[in-house]
Amino acid sequence: MRNYLALLGKELNTLFVSPIAYTVLAVFYAVSGYFFYIILSFFVQQSSMRQMGPSPFPMDVPGLVMASYLGVLSTILLFLLPMVTMGIFAEERKRGTIELLLTSPITRLQLILGKFSAAMIFLMVMLVPAALKILLLFLYSDPAPSPSPYLVALLGVLLLGGALMAIGLFVSSLTENQIVAAAATFGIFIILWVLDASAESSTTIWNETLRYLAVLNHYEDFTKGIIDTQHLVFYLSFVCLGLFLTSLSLDSEKWRS
Amino acid sequence: MIQVENLTKRYGRYTAINNVSFEVARGEILGFLGPNGAGKTTTMRVLAGFFPASQGRARVAGYDVFEEPLEVKRRVGYLPENPPLYTEMTVDSYLSFVARIKGVPASDLGERLEYSKERCGLPNEGTRLIKHLSKGYRQRVGLAQALIHDPEVLILDEPTIGLDPNQISEVRELIRSLGGDHTIILSTHILPEVSMTCGRVIIINEGKIVAVDTPENLTRQLSGGQRIKLEVAGRVDQLSTLLGGVNGVQTVGSLEEADGRIRVWVESAAGTEIRHLLARTLVESGFELYQIHAEGRTLEEVFKELTTKEEAAA
Repeated sequence: MRNYLALLGKELNTLFVSPIAYTVLAVFYAVSGYFFYIILSFFVQQSSMRQMGPSPFPMDVPGLVMASYLGVLSTILLFLLPMVTMGIFAEERKRGTIELLLTSPITRLQLILGKFSAAMIFLMVMLVPAALKILLLFLYSDPAPSPSPYLVALLGVLLLGGALMAIGLFVSSLTENQIVAAAATFGIFIILWVLDASAESSTTIWNETLRYLAVLNHYEDFTKGIIDTQHLVFYLSFVCLGLFLTSLSLDSEKWRS
Repeated sequence: MIQVENLTKRYGRYTAINNVSFEVARGEILGFLGPNGAGKTTTMRVLAGFFPASQGRARVAGYDVFEEPLEVKRRVGYLPENPPLYTEMTVDSYLSFVARIKGVPASDLGERLEYSKERCGLPNEGTRLIKHLSKGYRQRVGLAQALIHDPEVLILDEPTIGLDPNQISEVRELIRSLGGDHTIILSTHILPEVSMTCGRVIIINEGKIVAVDTPENLTRQLSGGQRIKLEVAGRVDQLSTLLGGVNGVQTVGSLEEADGRIRVWVESAAGTEIRHLLARTLVESGFELYQIHAEGRTLEEVFKELTTKEEAAA
């Protein structure tokens, strides 16, 4: 536990003094803020048009805004998360500090979890303004919606981000070049994103598999406030897979020889 | 303290170290000498637990490096060739991070920090960022990092590389003072360093140990004997044959004549004393002997000979 906390602290320190982190934060805040503005004005407009129409009926503006906004967030994350994870192991290799880590009395698990937790905390920092925006929306809605869909939706973003970053962590452990890590991670994200594009509508096993593996397919329910264990399991196993592969890659000195 | 048996490490088809065995006693300072690419770093990385060997066994402080790596790592301080520094940290925060992952208890942390900084000449550098330190100071931080958990064994890979002459002698002084309390293995390709700091030397070349001894013995015994310089007067034509015929002479150098005297050198076989034989033979054959003296060879020559011989054989 002590080792884990020491590693986590160091990792957070490394992350938050790097200019990359602040660039990522600034870009994410700006772009996501802009999209929030667009989405919010669109639905407010829609809603007032409905009210003035021939058959007025209430519209769940906060829910709709949240679902579309989180959809957009996931796409922005897909672009930015490779930059969060690219350096995590690649920089250690490049600077030679991996020698310090691997010759210290810590386990691979402590090392990997320390780094992954730091990345998760960074993701939470990224999401704070987005969470506040949605919170405001909920606070000012009448009738007040229940908070659980809101929390479920945030959990969904964290799960998606965690799954993606676990893959990024693995890729970063394969190279000592950050750019290579970022490009490869981004490539994998894109593939995971569009995996179901080829699986149009037919229901062969192959297409079903592709649809299942496409990361964003499991995300939509969360944005609507629905928690489905199938999706939960999907993301958690994705995280485990990524961390397991990272551990293999760190151990690779054993079987490479 | 350290036992290495038949250690072999291969990278694919390339064999970095081949069947290396040696032992290091408690408190000893052992020097690893060899040209670049000889396998020094590989051996040290195996001992520090960075990666396992392909074959063979290694025990450090009573624990097997491959079976109980965590126990070994707790007892080893390792300074890689490039000090593993997080340059965006201050010296203090870096050293306390290392102390924590090395398992120094929280109650001892402050004390260990002060001790390491004091020992490595960094008492006032604690709040400075590592990236603002000079190469020499970074090397000291690297050493402090290796010392922080008071390890029984110190493994130092080229600890004086890239330092200026003053810093080099400071670091050597430091290493010497650490011997006794700690068992130290250090690698270098700078020869005087070994004779100045180490009690024993292993010369390694192309992954194999080619010699193990004290620096003095290596210079004396493994040099292929002594080189003896002679100054005589007499008939030049017979001299070479005469000297070559003396028991124990291996080579006779070319003759140099000046002022009616002849200067010549001969080389003897290892470990034999032939000066008295040479003197008697010369005098009995009617030469006048003016000077005879044996020259020790520098470690540098021994090293060159051992490592180039190997290359020629391979």
